[in-house]
Amino acid sequence: MARSMCWHCQSEVTGEYLCGQCVKVQPLSKDLDYFACFKLPRLLNINTQELERTYYELSRAFHPDFYSTKDESEKTISLGNSAFLNTAYRTIKDPVQRVEYLIRLEAGAVKDIRSNPPADLFEEILELQEDMETFRGLSPEKDSTERAELREKLQRERERLEGRQEEMEKALGAKYQEWDGLQIANADPSEARDQKNGVLRSMQEILSNRTYICNMANELLETTG
Amino acid sequence: MSRIVGIDLGTTNSLIAYMDKGTPRVIPNPEGVAKVPSIVGMTDNGLIVGDSAKAHLTRDPSRTIYSVKRFMGKGLADVTDELKYFPYSLHEKNGVIRIEVGEKTYSPPQVSAMILKELKRRAEEFLKEDISKAVITVPAYFNDSQRQATKDAGMIAGLEVLRIINEPTAAALAYGLDKKTQGIIAIYDLGGGTFDISILKLKDGIFEVLATNGDTHLGGDDFDQCLLDVLVEEIADKHGVQIHEHPDLMQSVRLAAEEAKVQLSSETEATVLVELPNGKYEKTLTRESLEALVMHLVERTLVPCRSALKDAGLRADQIDEVVLVGGSTRMPLVRSKVEGLFAKQPHSELNPDEVVALGAAVQADILGGHNKEILLLDVTPLSLGIETMGGVMSALIRRNTTIPTSAKEMFTTYADGQTSVDIHILQGERELVKDNRSLARFQLKMPPLPAGVPRVEVTFLIDANGILHVTARDIRTSEAQTVQVKPSHGLSDDEVEGMIRDSFEFAEEDIKIRQVIEARTEANAIIIATDKALARASDLISEKEKVEIQRVIGVLGETQKGDDHRLIRAGIAEVEKETHHLAEVLMDATLKEALESKKVSEFVK
Repeated sequence: MARSMCWHCQSEVTGEYLCGQCVKVQPLSKDLDYFACFKLPRLLNINTQELERTYYELSRAFHPDFYSTKDESEKTISLGNSAFLNTAYRTIKDPVQRVEYLIRLEAGAVKDIRSNPPADLFEEILELQEDMETFRGLSPEKDSTERAELREKLQRERERLEGRQEEMEKALGAKYQEWDGLQIANADPSEARDQKNGVLRSMQEILSNRTYICNMANELLETTG
Repeated sequence: MSRIVGIDLGTTNSLIAYMDKGTPRVIPNPEGVAKVPSIVGMTDNGLIVGDSAKAHLTRDPSRTIYSVKRFMGKGLADVTDELKYFPYSLHEKNGVIRIEVGEKTYSPPQVSAMILKELKRRAEEFLKEDISKAVITVPAYFNDSQRQATKDAGMIAGLEVLRIINEPTAAALAYGLDKKTQGIIAIYDLGGGTFDISILKLKDGIFEVLATNGDTHLGGDDFDQCLLDVLVEEIADKHGVQIHEHPDLMQSVRLAAEEAKVQLSSETEATVLVELPNGKYEKTLTRESLEALVMHLVERTLVPCRSALKDAGLRADQIDEVVLVGGSTRMPLVRSKVEGLFAKQPHSELNPDEVVALGAAVQADILGGHNKEILLLDVTPLSLGIETMGGVMSALIRRNTTIPTSAKEMFTTYADGQTSVDIHILQGERELVKDNRSLARFQLKMPPLPAGVPRVEVTFLIDANGILHVTARDIRTSEAQTVQVKPSHGLSDDEVEGMIRDSFEFAEEDIKIRQVIEARTEANAIIIATDKALARASDLISEKEKVEIQRVIGVLGETQKGDDHRLIRAGIAEVEKETHHLAEVLMDATLKEALESKKVSEFVK
């Protein structure tokens, strides 16, 4: 963490979160990203138990419960730090949110990462939506046979989509390995930039397709019950 | 730092607890009872709270307020369904319910403050020191308005509320005080008016809430209501008495129903007895018949349980321990349903009525800086969002997000020179604005610039109490903007201040009624003690003396029914004077007995 001045006693902050001189809690740097918050390199495979341990340790350092008897400035800093820490933990803990966040971070350096609408999926989605519309219009009493058949078809479609979702997550996992490999071999952010951007782009594509498929599967589940 | 107490402000009962050398303890009244019924009575002589107010329910129902927690942070439209059950009239002002009692009206936080003051007084008497700081518990599923209303109640009662803490998590603190407890626990909390389920992970002193769910409108009161409906109908059939037309009888039947329900938790049969103007109504109830009546309510609690498990990403069999909290979990039916869901025998070692207050005391200890081992990481129970185009809610903070947490949102204008943007804050899980809870509205000031140029960033921060704070900043100028948030169902700061002033005026009346109650209690104690002494010493004093003592006791018995504490005190003094000799005689006799038994024991040696 960058060295800075204590907001309270103006001495140089030597401790990690507390001023070495006056022991006041210091606000987290505005430039701190969620990976750095947990002292993690920007890798996608992480040790979740280690992450939880660090999270608990930082919670003990920042949580407002431990600043109840302190002055207003310290209370405010503790509240801000704690809110940031909780958001950081939620983001890094979840594998999908983690990669989405990483792409946002890395996209800051390279601008051409954009999510393309999945052209091949488009038609399929339209067709499914039409079927669901028909299904909703059918009466459970009058059109029971037709309704049951359509229901079965939609349920099959959902299972197929869920299968695809699993495949995508597997593909994403492989990309995690690829990304981590590149990061470890090329510690400097500017090294192997093209290759890294390539991986980011393909992860973005998988993610965006996955979102469409997840939403579709959920809608199918809601419709057919 | 002055002492911080823990308060469980319940729908039917409230308790106050403190930390005694590392052990949380509830504070009892001089008779040893810790539960204070959450009932407030407005009598001609002032305010009465707790047990004495409960007695008032059947005598003066329209001026006795119970279950006020159900009205906290709500508007009239939220409670229309149950209005017919309450003996007092309600109306709404500025989005907040007002309860009409005689010529005066009270907001729910004001009534809750009366209960809090009684608890505060009790603690001050017990601990022999002033109490000004407290941790107050709320159902985990309480929304922002309900939490804020609870905080307001504390302020009106003259308490600085250092923390609003969720009831099931408080219970977890009381249970998991022993730092060695590890694993995943589920807290099933069914109280008088609300139901909560919370799933926590306990590890190395950290209590991390993974998910919470509940129903703020489901509790023991509803069980009573089911039984009450049946009784009322049967009384009309058998005796031709329409209970709805007699508020006092309604309260008698309600209390009888509650009593029978409680009895059926330990016994298989209970009898309901109600005195009617035209005779006696008597009915024997079996446990099975009660269970059949409330089955649908108990099953309703299982829905939030499943949702919480799903949100926590867990299966029922992954829960290591299940803890029962709240008086309604004494029902065998509730126990068996919970056991069925989690396939585990639930815990209830700690008194389910007291465990929440005990946990609040533990949290108070943490806030006081005396306990650095334990840390509670709680979540917000409901998603928070804002209204967007087309009446749709856009979520900014998802339910079950660990608090404190914040979300930032950028706002701009859609017309040239537009100077403000209206923002509507909501809480809930539904897609449409109308299906969610309106929390507050505010107007964001915009610099007069072409459309889309202004950039004002709003931060929505939910603090560790689960209460929302809104701040805004102009990105272009970096200037902070003060935001005047108008709550949809909450008191304004001015209103709260006015109520704090009013509560001081009340204090004088309070003292008067307190003196009467204290004198009365003392008189009763003396009457009972004298009766006992007379029975023991009947052959030690003269007949004349006996008659005289019985006469002064009779007089005191009559005076204590009145409202003049000086008369009661005078009566007590009279009895004390007349029994002086009796006390001496008894003392001698006791001493003699003691000496004799000593001799015997020496002889045995």
